[in-house]
Amino acid sequence: MARLHFEDSAYQNRDTETVLDTLLRHQVSVPYSCRNGVCLTCMLRCSEGPVPAAAQKDIRETLRIQGCFLSCLCHPIADMTIGLPDDSLVFGRATVTAVDKLADTICRVRLLPAMPLYYHAGQFVNLHRSDGLVRSYSLASLPRADSDLELHVKRLPGGAMSNWIFESLVPGAALDIDGPHGGCYYLAEESDRPLLLIGNGTGLAPLFGIARDALASDHLEPIHLYHGTRYSDGLYLDRELRAMATAHDNFTYVPCLSGDEVPAGCRRSRAERAAFADHSALADWRVYLCGSPAMVNKTKKLAFLAGAALADICSDPFEMTDKRAVPRD
Amino acid sequence: MVQTLFERIGGDAAVDGAVDLFYRKVLVDDRISHFFETTDMDEQRAKQKAFLTWAFGGPKEYSGKDMREAHKDLVAKGLDDSHFDAVAGHLQDTLKELGVGEDIIGEVMSVAGSTRDDVLNR
Ligand SMILES: Cc1cc2nc3c(=O)[nH]c(=O)nc-3n(C[C@H](O)[C@H](O)[C@H](O)COP(=O)(O)OP(=O)(O)OC[C@H]3O[C@@H](n4cnc5c(N)ncnc54)[C@H](O)[C@@H]3O)c2cc1C
Ligand code: HEM
Repeated sequence: MARLHFEDSAYQNRDTETVLDTLLRHQVSVPYSCRNGVCLTCMLRCSEGPVPAAAQKDIRETLRIQGCFLSCLCHPIADMTIGLPDDSLVFGRATVTAVDKLADTICRVRLLPAMPLYYHAGQFVNLHRSDGLVRSYSLASLPRADSDLELHVKRLPGGAMSNWIFESLVPGAALDIDGPHGGCYYLAEESDRPLLLIGNGTGLAPLFGIARDALASDHLEPIHLYHGTRYSDGLYLDRELRAMATAHDNFTYVPCLSGDEVPAGCRRSRAERAAFADHSALADWRVYLCGSPAMVNKTKKLAFLAGAALADICSDPFEMTDKRAVPRD
Repeated sequence: MVQTLFERIGGDAAVDGAVDLFYRKVLVDDRISHFFETTDMDEQRAKQKAFLTWAFGGPKEYSGKDMREAHKDLVAKGLDDSHFDAVAGHLQDTLKELGVGEDIIGEVMSVAGSTRDDVLNR
């Protein structure tokens, strides 16, 4: 019987078990999805020991020579030392199908992955430019409704990837992507909990996906979405979100502006302030926070103190690789 | 077999419920909240859980040396008996709110109290 060395522990593989089965039996948390050798989510990398050929048959050559294999198809023949594959190894091709400007500094990028991507709205992918520049962008699309992936990109002054996307990315271009990553998404088994979604800037991208996912899943309880930005131009999905609010009784959309000019129908406030002014008792709520790290981290504490359990607060701070970051509102 | 306090309280799940309650009390208490200021709440919560698990006699062992090490920097920042009493008070209130029996609360509090000198690095 083979032993599996994973991180700092060793696990005994039972005769009929795959590597994935063994890890899950020991409550080791590894990503997986279809358990059928299709989605590639459960890919691991073997650094020592033999890899059965059957576990590598659908794996690209470049990954195969690195020892990547599908844990759901792998019946070990001898001891193996395994680990999660380096993110940068596991990417697929995607073709740009559209780049549309939604506001002065925001554009929507649509991508068609060569291999279907199994993801939840609200997770994120990493885009790889051919020179090796990598940045994360959240998925605003809903897999069951949209064939393409949808990303919302905010152009930052001096930002390498965002400016390149604005200036040079055109339909037909190919990009490498890896993912999906992240745990910020709608949970279908929670259809009876109120949801509070708070985002600023393009933090709206994952929230838009999550809200649509919840509505498409016949969510029973209220869903409140607060979007904050400085100028009304930044309320880049205003029309779509108002239409969603009209169509669904349990969905409210609250656009919030922190600048001086506030048109009718918008709140003059930061999104998080408006949200807590309206909802101050969050026990049993699920809370989603996306956007600038400063807002997300501050709001997380406020949500917790308002009664939400820490485990029920999903957040995606849009951390930037460059720490000179200026406020991104 | 004699059950440990940790098991009698309800094990890991019960501790999870207690952590959020306890952490909330600590964060809003101006006397001590500054010791807990941190950017990563999840990490802080994990440490709070370690604390409660230990106070309930859970499986993880902490030696007096660990306790000293964990709080050394805080003592340098002024951690003293008054802060210790405040934290102990929140622990007691948390247990009461959860409906834990008086005798068990007494046991937990005496476990916690026994760490005073180590926590305060005396
Ligand atoms: C999980 C996750 C999800 C994300 N999702 C999204 C999303 O959906 N949409 C989105 O728009 N972003 C998202 N981001 C942020 C995104 O990944 C990038 O960080 C962002 O687009 C900036 O990348 P960039 O290459 O354009 O900027 P970088 O080149 O990385 O620059 C970052 C910052 O530094 C500043 N800077 C750069 N050079 C200089 C200089 N010489 N002097 C002064 N300042 C400078 C830039 O203005 C910018 O503010 C996400 C991030 C994470 C971690
Ligand atoms: C009843 C007495 C106490 C016990 C049993 C206790 C126990 C612990 C434990 C087990 C840890 C985690 C160590 C680790 O895993 O890194 C810890 C960390 C910590 N404790 Fe306590 N503690 C006590 C009192 C206090 C008090 C009075 C304060 C401040 C008011 C405090 C503040 C902290 C902080 C801020 C940390 C995190 C330190 C870090 O980030 O490294 N503790 N404590």
